[in-house]
Order: sequence, then C-alpha cells, then structure tokens
Amino acid sequence: MNQSRRDFIKANAIAATAAAAGVAIPASASNLITDSDKSKIKWDKAPCRFCGTGCSVLVGSQNGKVVATQGDPDAEVNKGLNCIKGYFLSKIMYGKDRLTQPLLRMKDGKFHKEGDFQPVSWDMAFDVMADKFKSALKAKGPTSVGMFGSGQWTVMEGYAAVKLMKAGFRSNNIDPNARHCMASAVGAFMRTFGIDEPMGCYDDLEQADSFVLWGSNMAEMHPILWSRLTDRRLGHSHVRVHVLSTYKHRSFELADNGMIFTPNTDLAIANYIANYIIQNDAVDWGFVKKHTHFKQVTTDIGYGLRPEHELQKAAKNADSGKILDVTFEEYKKQVAEYTLEKTVEISGVPAKNLEEMAKMYADPKTKVMSLWTMGMNQHTRGVWMNSLVYNIHLLTGKISKPGSGPFSLTGQPSACGTAREVGTFSHRLPADMVVKKKKHRDYAEKIWKLPEGTIPAKPGYHAVLQNRMLKDGKLNAYWVMCNNNVQAAPNLNEETLPGYRNPENFVVVSDPYPTVTCQAGDLILPTAMWVEKEGCYGNAERRTQHWFQQVKAPGEAKSDLWQLMEFSKRFKIEDVWDEALLAKAPHLRGKTMYDVLYRNGNVDAYPIEEAKELNDDAHDCGFYVQKGLFEEYAAFGRDHGHDLAPYEMYHTARGLRWPVVNGVETKWRYKEGSDPYVGKGKDFEFYGKPDGKALIISAPYEAPPEAPDSEYDMWLCTGRVLEHWHSGSMTQRVPELYRAFPDAVVFMHPDDAKKRNLRRGDEVMVESRRGEMKSRIETRGRNRPPVGLVFVPWFDARQLINKITLDATDPLSKQTDYKKCAIKVRKV
Amino acid sequence: MKKLITGLVLLGVVATAVAQKDDSSNDALLSNGGIESLRGKAQLSETRESDKMKRVLKDREVVERNYVHQPPVIPHQIRGYKVDLNSNKCLSCHGWKYAKEVGATKVSPTHFETRDGMTLSDISPRRYFCSQCHVPQVDAKPLVKNEFRAVESLSHK
Repeated sequence: MNQSRRDFIKANAIAATAAAAGVAIPASASNLITDSDKSKIKWDKAPCRFCGTGCSVLVGSQNGKVVATQGDPDAEVNKGLNCIKGYFLSKIMYGKDRLTQPLLRMKDGKFHKEGDFQPVSWDMAFDVMADKFKSALKAKGPTSVGMFGSGQWTVMEGYAAVKLMKAGFRSNNIDPNARHCMASAVGAFMRTFGIDEPMGCYDDLEQADSFVLWGSNMAEMHPILWSRLTDRRLGHSHVRVHVLSTYKHRSFELADNGMIFTPNTDLAIANYIANYIIQNDAVDWGFVKKHTHFKQVTTDIGYGLRPEHELQKAAKNADSGKILDVTFEEYKKQVAEYTLEKTVEISGVPAKNLEEMAKMYADPKTKVMSLWTMGMNQHTRGVWMNSLVYNIHLLTGKISKPGSGPFSLTGQPSACGTAREVGTFSHRLPADMVVKKKKHRDYAEKIWKLPEGTIPAKPGYHAVLQNRMLKDGKLNAYWVMCNNNVQAAPNLNEETLPGYRNPENFVVVSDPYPTVTCQAGDLILPTAMWVEKEGCYGNAERRTQHWFQQVKAPGEAKSDLWQLMEFSKRFKIEDVWDEALLAKAPHLRGKTMYDVLYRNGNVDAYPIEEAKELNDDAHDCGFYVQKGLFEEYAAFGRDHGHDLAPYEMYHTARGLRWPVVNGVETKWRYKEGSDPYVGKGKDFEFYGKPDGKALIISAPYEAPPEAPDSEYDMWLCTGRVLEHWHSGSMTQRVPELYRAFPDAVVFMHPDDAKKRNLRRGDEVMVESRRGEMKSRIETRGRNRPPVGLVFVPWFDARQLINKITLDATDPLSKQTDYKKCAIKVRKV
Repeated sequence: MKKLITGLVLLGVVATAVAQKDDSSNDALLSNGGIESLRGKAQLSETRESDKMKRVLKDREVVERNYVHQPPVIPHQIRGYKVDLNSNKCLSCHGWKYAKEVGATKVSPTHFETRDGMTLSDISPRRYFCSQCHVPQVDAKPLVKNEFRAVESLSHK
C-alpha cells in the first residue's frame, strides 16, 4: 500500500466527508485498518541470535516473514529490553544475498579445486562431499576428517555433530569457534572447581555493592547486563564500579575507578590483590580451611605456537598444565613479591587506584562481583589469569553468595549450551566428560547404544591446530559450520588461507550468507538460520532457552541439523568403522550411519505428532528429532550436577538455569540451601572435586609472546563493537546497523597520530610480521587507547585484521590471544 | 601478501608431486571462486583499499521506524555528547522537561519503567546509556540490500 502524500490527503478528505454525510466507505479509503485479521501479527518467543547474555525477544511474523521484534517483558534476563542489535533481529534473515542453493567449485561440469562456484543440487553436493570424506578416510583414516563448529549452533545441532564426528567418523577433530572465546574460562573452571560454568547468576547484578570489570567492555559487548549493572550503580549511591582495561572504552563512562594497565600485567594486579588481602589479615580462614587447597602452576609453558617456533623451543615446560601442592606459607611468599610498588611499576596503574580496588575486595562487608570476557580469556596466560581471580574470591569467601562471586561472561549465544555443555570440543564429551577417560567414553557409548571402544581416546585437533593441519595436509576433508573462521582465525596469510586452499583438501562451508569463509571453501551449503528452525541455546548464567520454528527458510536453504543428519545417510557403517569394532556389534552391519546414530530408539523416540506443524527438520525426519536429541543428551547430565528439565518445560518457561532438580532451577551453586547437590551441614561444597574443595592456584606474571620493539612499535588489541555481531555477516546486512558503524577503523591516541603525521580519516597501512591491512585513523570516538596501543574492531570483512593477529594461544586452553601483538602503522 | 606466497610456494612443493604448478594456477587456487562476500569481489589475499570515512548525517527529519518497538535512530550528530556518571547530554534535550522548548522528540514513556514495571518520576537508570539502543547514521548506501518488509500500516516507501 504505497501512498503518496497527495493520495493520503485525498483519502483523508474522502473519509472526513463520508463521515460527515453518514455513509459507509470502502476499507481502502479508510486510514485505519478495520479488518482485524490484517493487523494481526503472530508473536512467539526466541532467545536473541547474538551474544551470550541470552535476552529473550518476541518475534512477530506475518505471511511467513518476520515483520517485527521486540524485547520480551516476561524474560528475567532482559525484562523487555534489547540492545540495538537485538532490536534489529527482524532484519538479519533478509539480506538480498541469502544463499538459496548449494554452490560447488567446478570446471567442465565437475568439481575442480580451481573452478568457479556454480549451483548444484543437494544430491550432487552430498555426492561429491561424501566421496571426498570417504577417500580421506580410506587414505589416512579418521584423523584426516574434521569439523569446525560453533557456539551459535543450537544444542541439538552441536549434539548431532558430536555424535557424527566422535562416534560416526570416530574422529575427535571437532572443535567450536568457542575455542577462540571461552576455552580459557573452561580450563580454569575445571582446574579450580572441577565443573564448568559460573556458580552465580545474573541476579548478583542487583545485589552486589561493587563490580570489577577485568578485561570486559560490557557496555558494548553485554549491553543488557550493563543496563542492569547501571541500574544498580545509579540507583544505589554506595555502589562502586571498577574498570580495568588496556585502553579506555565505553564502560569507563560508569567507572568510579577506571584503570588502564600495560597488556599482560593483569597477572601482576591480581596477585597484588591476593597479597593485600593476606598482608591486611583479610583472609576468611573459616572458609579457606574448610573449602580450599593451595596449589601452584608449572611455569614457563610456552605460547601454543608451532613446535618449531623459537619461543616454543625456548620454553622449559611447554604446554605443561601440571599443578603442584604448596602450603599457605609458600603461597603467601609467592604473592608477597607483588608489592604495591612493584605492581605499579609493572602495570602502569597508579597506586591510589590499585589500593582502592584491593581494599574493596578485602572488606568483608562489601559484596563484590568480578566480571570478565575476552580480555582475560584471549590471553596467553588465560587459564592462569582466570584462576588468579578465583583465588581472590576464595581467599575472602566471596563466592556462591547473592551479590558476591566471580562471573565469567560468555561471548556467544550458546557457547555455554552447545560448545561447553554438549562438549563440541576436540577433547570433550557432554556434561564435562572428556575423551581421555575410559569411564567417560564408556558412559557415552552406553547412552548412544554403541559398542565399547567406538570413541577414540586421543583428543583431536583444536581450532588453531586444525588450520595448521589443513596447511600441513593432514586434515583433508573438512566441514565448517555456523561460523566465519577465515575472518576469525589468527594469521590468515600464513595458516588459514594456505590450509583451505591446499589442493589436497576439500573444504565445505555451511552458511546463510556468502562470507569470506565461503570464498575460501570448495562447497557452500545454504543454511537456514535462527527462527527458521526449532532450537535451543544455553546462556552465560546456565539458562537453557528454547524456541519454535516461526518462518520457513528461503529457497533450498536447510538447517545445520538437517545437513548433518542427511549427510550421515550417505555412509554405510562399514564405510566408517573398522572390522574390529563391527565385530563387537554385528547387529549394526549393513546399516547407515544415520540409522546407527539417530534411529537408535532414543533420538527417534518421540512421534511427529508431538512436533509443531511448522517444524521442517522434524517433518523431514518423520519424528520429533529436536526432542529426541535433547532428551538423549540430557541423559548425560541428569543426576550428575547438570540436570536439565523435561523438553516441554522449556517451551513455556523463559529458560531455566541448570541444574534443574524436581522442576526447580538453581541460582547459586555450591551453597547449601540454594544448590540441591550440596550435602547437609556442609555450608559450601565444591562437588566437582572429589573432596568438595576448590583450589587456590598460584601463578606468576610471565611476559607476553610478542611485545612492541623498535620496528613494530605499537600494541594491537582487537575486539567487537556494539552494533556488530562477530564478523558482521548478519549485522553488516542490516542497513541501520551498517550505517551506525560502517567500517572498521584504527583507534589511536592523538599523540601517536601526530607523531606519524596522521589526521583523523587518513588511510593507513597496519602491518605485523604476518601481514598487512589498510584502514582509516580514528582519534576520537568511543575507544581512547593510551599512547603506544591501537584498537581495531574485527567485524570488517573488507579489511581483515586477522591477517595481522598472532596465532599464539594459551598453551593450556589452546585459546588464541587476540588482545596483544606488535604492529606498526604508517600513512599510505 | 609476501607471506602468503611463501606459504603457497611451500604448498606448491607438496603439490608438485601431483602436477607441476605455475604462478597462474596459484592464483586460480587462491581465487574466491567468483562469488562476492561483504568484501565484494576482492581476493582474500589482496590488501584492499580502505573505504573513505563516512560522514554522519546531521539535523534531518525524524527517521520513520520499521515496527512499533524499534528504537528510533538518531537523526543528528552526537559528536562530543557526554553521557557518564555525572551527566547525560541527550536528556538535556530529550527529557520531558526540555523537549518541547528545544523541539526534540520526548523520551518514550516506556523509559520511565523499572525492571519490575513500576513507573518512576524520572527516566529509569537502566535506560541511562542512550547509545545502547539509539545510534546515529552515516551517509552511505547499504552494503547489501535488505529485503525486510514492514507491515503494511508502517510501510514507508
């Protein structure tokens, strides 16, 4: 109904005249839609597609398309609010270049690594793909196939993928992009508490007296949690906000105590605080004696680089995660090194600010919530650093109490749900189990009704290693799903691109849009997204949230789940299992991988009648596949501290925080009274550890792998911006979000710009030892780096900052450090 | 780029066993296969010219919304607007006290509500940082056309 201004005035005039004359007028001439069917919008809930906060949104659809979204007023997480990205969810599926059919690189009607992409049928796509997977398996065995998945997969998709890779192909070479964002957090949770994920929840935000941001720009990255924190700070005058970062960002707007530290020196700062607590007799001895042990790390562990790298060769204990016993006296001596004077000198933070923060942590009356994300996780000592913050909370007993506790914020919408809880990592299985332990493999095989010995014991290739193995020609058939790793993975020029384009390899990319990863692939599969399928995500506070399919996907686009399961039909179990294993399960002979993995009596246990009419995945299977996968998966965690509620409950609730025992969610774990797993009279019990005690793990400051020198004279820190999600493949296609932050820029201190004869808007070349990129200088705006450091957002496919970033990782978690490397910037 | 070539030369060594590779086939191997991403057609190995910094639109009419609960975009520049612990520049025009006087859009009544739905006498602190939802717009054509269509009653074409 396009109406010009003239038509509009005319119609209004007719309406006015008709009304005066008392005659009925046709609806088209009225300025109110009087037919209520026409103004009706179908509303249903869904978790937001973007970050780990897990806001609930109401999605409005009409005539098979999403026409509106708004914050869900009934959701505990966001109570009706969304951030700018969330408010524009309604547009993310409608970029004009949505992929609607499979595309294969071809020459002369056949696949060719050097060919151009041409449309093919799903049948042909799967034929070629199956052929490539089969030849890799035949030539080099299961370690030559692999998959790079996602913390943005639904729980069911991640779970189906783990089964496909670990039990079907018998390869542990599956890792999620969550390796790039949460692996260090996972590592420290497991070491300190023996169970992954935060003990507290978002309710802490309304009850804390102080907040400390340890390397997190919540104002932009977790805006709705920031609005809850802001509500607390501005509504209660005693509340204080401490913000630590290597550059000034938007979260400093609310800071009472803002601190800029030299990259990597957060290690020293955390140790200083522990030292302050001990020196000022603020240790909660009642808690410490009853609930903790003291330990120390093995030092000099390298930087997760290729083994032939000089820094790796120089490390005395490369990759060692061994922790050793220490007494409190020894621990005290170790942290005593971090005096106020020394910490000021290392970190560059003024004494006054450090002391203010330490005093607050030491005050037994102040409830404090520590928060962090990528600043601490994308860190070559990320696992250590996470532990150092836990140490502070354990020493003071400020943990698992309303308003008091350490809280690791998650990046992705289901990094907790799909990557961590489902265990889509190369070393993991569902519910915190690991492939290394025979008992855990047995447990999984029993639930999956598979013979003993199906799952390989050796961990597979993790994210960064996958790219190295592609380049080295050891990983040959590779499926990238629900992520954009060519834009994300570090060191694009030297590792990723040579790996993807290695003539020995066949790379499949599933995505709704043509990303740079698609451009580097060999076969592109068009993918249904978000509410074009039924699914479930798990957010940062252990909240599991479900949604129904609400619209159909365009063209031939299919969900990741459909793709995984349909592909499995292309293999007889004999194609993927050896004779020794088959002999243990003769009844499986002759069956397809699909039958063995997904028609096992569990996954197909629920009839199609239970599914909604609009549920393409279920109707394609002929059974309620999402429920079947979820219930089989839930069997791993029930009675093991990871209890999930029955499937249906999630379709009515706005999510529930696990463990859900007898229909009741858990807000604070490990505390008697709020966690049903804590034994009577124990007060606290860290039941992830055999004796119920958490570990205080001492770790020193160690130098970063790369620091500015005379040639590469500046620090580079990368990260996100509020308006764009990750690599921008969805948000850059929303005009309002694109126009809000169109291109990545190099945020630089005005003095640094002046020194290089640069003015705002000038084009510059940014260079590291690994690559180069052109961008523009920004000397004002939301990020204000100190002299000597620049910040560059990584959403921009037109610039590709990952040509510059270093592929050093935390040697324990294997998570990349995107927060620091050495670069130079010059005028073009 | 130099590094990449070195990388591929190494690869080339592996591939030589199968067939002799020359420079042109290296290019073909690296090619983006003729499809466009947000990068356009630029090859992944190419160091692309950077786009010019765009101008933020200033002092335009209110921009229409696509659906009822869409936060309106900011139709003016906000350079140097301070919003921090002590003051909020946006509210000095958009607050109800001043909006009429300066001809600004009033903050929506929803912004007076607490988490629990109670209406306050002033803006709720949880809505304090305006730019979490409201953003200015630069003068640029969208990178990719978006085919979202608003409901009929809100369509502006």
